[in-house]
This record gives sequence, C-alpha cells and structure tokens, in this order.
Amino acid sequence: MFAYIVRRVLATIPVMAIVALFVFSLLYIAPGDPAAVIAGDQATPDDVERIRASLGLDRPYLVRFGAWVWDIARGDLGVSIFTNLPVSTMIQQRIEPTLSLMVVTLILAISIAIPMGVLAAQRQGTWIDRAVMGFAVLGFSVPVFVVGYMLAYIFALELDWLPVQGYTPFSRGFWPWLENLILPAVALGSVYIALIARITRATMLEVLQQDYIRTARAKGVNQSGILFLHALKNAAVPVITIIGIGLAGLIGGAVVTESVFAIPGLGRLTVDAILRRDYPVIQGVVLLFSFVYVLVNLAIDLAYTLFDPRIRY
Amino acid sequence: MERRSFLKTGLAAGSFAAMGGHAAPALSQGARARTLRFVPQANLANFDPIWGTQYVVRNASAMVWDTLYGVNDKLEPLPQMVEGETVSSDGLTWTFKLRAGLRFHDGTPVLAKDVVASIARWAPRDPMGQMVRAIQKELVAVDDTTFRWVLGSPYPKLKYALGKTNTPICFIMPERIATKFDSFTQIDEYVGSGPMRFIRNEWVPGASAVFQKFDQYVPREGTPSWLSGGKVMGVDRVEWVVMPDPATAAAALQNGEVDWWENPITDLVPLMRRNRNIRLDIADPLGNIGSFRMNHLHAPFNSKKIRQAVLAAMSQEDYMRALVGNDDALWKALPGFFTPGTPAYTEAGGDILKGPRNMDLAKRLLQEGGYNNEPVICIVAQDQPITKAQGDITADLLKRMGMNVDFIATDWGTTGQRRAMKNPPANGGWSMFHTWHAGADCVNPAAYNAVRGTGQSAWFGWPESKGVEDGVAEWFAAPNAAAEKVAMDKINTAAIDDVVYAPTGFFLGYTAWRSNVTGIQKGPLPFFWGVNKA
Repeated sequence: MFAYIVRRVLATIPVMAIVALFVFSLLYIAPGDPAAVIAGDQATPDDVERIRASLGLDRPYLVRFGAWVWDIARGDLGVSIFTNLPVSTMIQQRIEPTLSLMVVTLILAISIAIPMGVLAAQRQGTWIDRAVMGFAVLGFSVPVFVVGYMLAYIFALELDWLPVQGYTPFSRGFWPWLENLILPAVALGSVYIALIARITRATMLEVLQQDYIRTARAKGVNQSGILFLHALKNAAVPVITIIGIGLAGLIGGAVVTESVFAIPGLGRLTVDAILRRDYPVIQGVVLLFSFVYVLVNLAIDLAYTLFDPRIRY
Repeated sequence: MERRSFLKTGLAAGSFAAMGGHAAPALSQGARARTLRFVPQANLANFDPIWGTQYVVRNASAMVWDTLYGVNDKLEPLPQMVEGETVSSDGLTWTFKLRAGLRFHDGTPVLAKDVVASIARWAPRDPMGQMVRAIQKELVAVDDTTFRWVLGSPYPKLKYALGKTNTPICFIMPERIATKFDSFTQIDEYVGSGPMRFIRNEWVPGASAVFQKFDQYVPREGTPSWLSGGKVMGVDRVEWVVMPDPATAAAALQNGEVDWWENPITDLVPLMRRNRNIRLDIADPLGNIGSFRMNHLHAPFNSKKIRQAVLAAMSQEDYMRALVGNDDALWKALPGFFTPGTPAYTEAGGDILKGPRNMDLAKRLLQEGGYNNEPVICIVAQDQPITKAQGDITADLLKRMGMNVDFIATDWGTTGQRRAMKNPPANGGWSMFHTWHAGADCVNPAAYNAVRGTGQSAWFGWPESKGVEDGVAEWFAAPNAAAEKVAMDKINTAAIDDVVYAPTGFFLGYTAWRSNVTGIQKGPLPFFWGVNKA
C-alpha cells in the first residue's frame, strides 16, 4: 500500500509538468494584455508598451517559460503582475474560504443525499421516490446562481436569519464562520445533492436485488440493518467515485457561488486573474487545482479499500 | 429578541462550548459606527496611483496620498499641502511653500525633496505633466519646505495640473519610494501623508481593502469640497468590500451589511428606492461620455466622409436608453465632446448630431466616401456593461446603413491589446472599439487624450486633426475665460468635423448609501472626508 501511495504521488510530477506547459502555452497564445489593463483606458500606446517592457512581457516565449519553470522548481510561484504580492500569499489568503465552502458543502450534501437516495431506493415507485427524483431533476436544472439569489432573498432579506454575503475566518468563532457559509453551501450543494442522491438510489436498487440481501432478510436482519450495513456498504464504491468527481466539480461551482455571495475564495481569484490576464496568478492557481485533482483521485482510490476488501494495491 | 438573534444565540452557545470557550472578537456598537463599509466600483487590484491609472486605484489613493493642490466642485485648484505659491512676473518661476505639520504615515516629515521626487515620477505618465516637463528648466528643493519650478515658457494651468482629479493625480510620496520606482514600475510600499493609512496586511486583492485614520494628519481649515478644504475624517476605519455581483451588493446594502455602494446599476435603483433605509442620489454631476472610436488609419474609417456618415445616422437616444433605461434624468444628448454644465461645454459645430437622424444623408456620405463593402471590425468588450450595450447598438446601426459588420465579442483585456495594433483590420487590426470617458476628464482639453488629433502619436485610433490641435494650443495660451471659450468652440467644431471619435451621449449614475450615513459629496470620485456614520 505504502509503495502504491509513493508511486502515485511521484506520478503527479509528470502530470503537473504537462499541466504547467499546457497552461503557460495557452496563456501565451491567448489574446489580451495585462499592460493595457494596468495602464488604464486613457493611457497612450507608448505608456502601454513601456509597462509591458517593465513587466518582461516583451520577452520571447522560451525565455519566459524557462524563467517560470526555474522559479517553480525552487518552489516560487512568482509575483502577481497587478498586486505585486507573491502568488503563494494570494493563494494563502484565499484558500480558507474555498476550503471551508467545500467542506461545509460536502458534509451537507453527503448527509442529505445519501439518506435521500437510500430512502428513494427502499420506497421505489412511491411518492417518496418520486419526490426525491423530482428534487434531483430540480437540483440539476436550476442554475446555482438562481438558487443562490432565491436563498439570499428568503433567508437574508425577508427572514433576516443569515447574512447576504461575505466570509468570516474560522479563527473568529464557529458561528460567525458557519453563518456566512450556510446559504452558499446550500446553493452550491443543490447540484451535488441531486447527483449523489440519484447515484445512491440507482446503486442501491441494484444491490437490493442481490442474493445476499435476500439471505440477510431470510436471516431476520431488520430493515435498517439491511439498508445501511449490508446494502449501502456494497453500493458505496460508485457513490464514492461520484463524490470524488463531484468534489472536482465543486471547485468549478465555487466560482459562481463565491461571486454571488461575495466570498473571497480561490474561484473569484481565478476569474479576476483571467479577466485581467494576471498570468502568474492563473498559472499558480491552475497548478494548485490540478494538484488537488490528483490528490482527490488518490484519496478515492484509497477509499475503495475501506469499503471493498477485494480491492488491493 | 429577533429571530436572527435567537438563532445566533443558540448556535453561538453551542459553538462556544464546542470550542472550549474561545469567544470570537466582536466589534462594539461604537466601533461599528466608526467603521464605514464601502462597495467600490471595481476591485482594488493594485495600489500605485501613478503606475496603474484605473479610477478605482485613484479613488483609494486619494485617502492615502495627499496633493499639493486640490480642485473644488467648481474645478478651481486650491492649496492643499502647500501654504501658497509665488510666481515671477514673467510667469516662468514658481516658488511653492509647504504648510507646516505635514507628516507621512511612517512618521517622517514631508519635505520639499519628497515633493520634487513625486512630481518627477508623476509627470511622465500625465498629459499635463508631460507638457510641463517639456518646458521645464529646473525643479528643485530650495530648503525643507520650499521648492522651485522654473519653466521655459508660461504655463498658467500649473496649479490645475497639480490638483486635478483626472488620473494620474499628482500624489506626494516619500522621496525614497518615488526615486526607487520609475513611473512604469509598481511601488511596493504604500506610505502617503493623507488622512487615512492603508493597512497592507488586511488587503485581500479582489475582496477587501482597509484604511485606518491617520492620527497625525493635520487637515486644512475650511469645508471640504472634492480634493480641497479640510479633509476631516468622520470615521476611524474605512473598509472596502469588493462585490462582483450587483445583486449581491444591493442585497447587502438593503440588509445593512454595507453602508455605501459607489455605483448601483440602474436596473436595481427602483428596488432600492423602495427601501426607506437607503438614500440615492446622482453620484457625479460631471457624469460620463459614451463613445466609440473609429480607426483613422485604415479603410473604411480613414475616410472622413464615412466617419461623418456614421455620425449622421447614429441616434444618441438609442445608446443612452440602452445604458440607463427609461430614466430621462440620467442622460442627455451631447452634440460635442465636453462635459455639460462646465465652462468648457460647447455645441459649436455639433449640428450633425442634432435633430432627426438622417439615414439618406448617411448613405450618400458612405457613397461619396467610397465605401466598398470593406468589413468593419467592431470590437466590443462583453465584460463591461457600458461597452456591451453600446456595441450592440452600433452593430445594428452599421448594418442598417448597409455596412459589412464583423462583430468581435471579446473582453476588456483583449480589447486593450487589440486596439493598440496599427495593422490593417484584415491583419489583426481593428476598425472600431467602444468605451466611455469620465466627465471629469472632459472638462478641458489638457488631460483629454481621446479628443486630441496628433495622428500617429494620438490615442488609439490615431486621428489627425490640425483644427483640434490649433484649438488646444490656443486654449493653453488663453489669457482669460473668454479666450478659452473661443478655443473650446474651435476644438469642438474641428473634432466633430474630423470625427476624432463618436460621442454616444452624456450619462449619469447613482450612488446609494444607508440613511445613517451623512456627508457624501457629489463628485468624480467618492470622497471619504466629511462622511459620518451614526
């Protein structure tokens, strides 16, 4: 197992290298000019050109790529063209809100979606099943930002239970932290709940037809024991897979949610950087995201062994 | 007890127990009243007002860095950091004396050498600064509080140049910073001598910026008016909260989570009007001028007749309604290039933009101009609501005129890059792009790049207009207001005749704040001095 983990971690290096080359090249050929954004609308072409030169953006592709790779190899993600702050500092400032949002969303989604899916499978064809599936369709089809606006309107403006926007660090207390995350997590989690609930239902339906479930029933195991001890454990592998894939999707969804709820997370940092063509920040964040994807995949693979003893590495 | 308080109390009690009793620091009511939470027009992505000339940077910088002079709401430059000045009888030697008690945020006194270094860093980036530099013979610190500026020819607008609101403003920073970084390199230390200090370690670019009252700031006597007068802070702390989504900003203002929103979009104004805790007013009486710029170097718009054809056909009302909706108080037609309501305003030569639109004339001018169905590369930044709305109207207009439109929907970053290209449209160049100009930048020709007609060295689009340039020279040399007016008429007439750009109209915007906030001034930037919060 240990050797497997080491092998997988080492395998991230070529993956990251390919991502780095790809991202750098894409940004190089993409249109747009940070110098023009910095100089402002009234700047003359000469001003823009001088700023471009001072930022080193007039250097050839290979020179710029070489310098960047050399910095990365030394653990330096570079400095933002706009803020003059190290990219690592900017990521550090933004990682807590995004992580918090993802954790709360994940907890919320799993704790709601799995019981929903199990219940729907157990009561297949009843109004409960149809209600769960109806919710799933809604969750898929209503965009996150619409859910976000509706939640903010009802729970912040009308009922005055929760704040509209912002983020409070965990260090300032649990409730202030959670208070700002409830609405965004529900909005972001709606798609995720729908996805996990559907997969859980489908997998459970298949498992519940198996012989060993019939045997368990014949042995007199009660209904909750059958569902949660026998069936759910065997249905877990596809559910874990979908949770992992969804986790990757959460990063994308966080971009919209962070904008709607004004959460200063990595999603907004990425969008702002793209719009301004802040190359070092885009490159740094994409590298981080790709690293997270690789780790999530590894974690999923390892999680399989917990639920299915037949899987060995 | 309110529902929210009840909910909070319950959960707080639980979390308090869960965390082993570590309570969160909380702001007292008094502290909350001393903190102004402000939603700016954009993200404060950098904080060097000379290197980056975006309005949002200028607006934040005005709190942190002070100016030698400051214009008031009548656009008169009044002393701010200087005690006063003397000018030699030939108008060539200016001697300035700094007022006593000026200190930078690091505690060091503001000296004349700091001023000299700051001017030297500002001048290369500013159109007026460049003009002064071109005639400058000497700029030196005479002693700690006196500096002298010797010019080769008179420059009567010098005080205006040092106190204007247009970017880049001539902000004063310590010599060690101003000399370490040239105008094209970003500073890494934010030390000013203004009424507020920038709290760097609380700055999260894209999310928030914090400013704390500078206790050693000695304001001038007198009522504050724009950049002039006594900059007395009514709050201890100003927090900028960046909100990319206008609906979120509106909800936050309604909910009392922020105190002042700089520029609410017009769609949300009716909603906010219904809230009795929110006040709304025109943000800046100088407003904005919408525009699109045609490329004078290449066909089809290298033909004056074709540019005039567009003016003859365009309806400013269409543009303005696309921008501000049906609120007629927010716009007016603009048969010229200068800001309505200011001494510069003139309609001289603007007949082609007045009255019913004349499509027949437009088509005739197109024919006379030799339009040969060349594609019009129309660049429209979709991420800026103002450019997007204008671009849609222009595309429709040109098609109705029978022109071959190639609509390039892109973002502002790409527009900024592409508009700098002088290549023919077919080789990656362009035919037109859309933008807008702050009215405060259009109150005279001094810092108004878009109206200048200097050909290859002009602003993007590179118009050449001898009439405009003659008028500008006359304006700078004008000995009095009457002569300035004559020069302005000349500039406007020539600018319309040569169509240096197409003005799409004059429009205003609102600003919104909570009713417990008082002292908000109307002006080209949000002025935080004099603002109080109950």
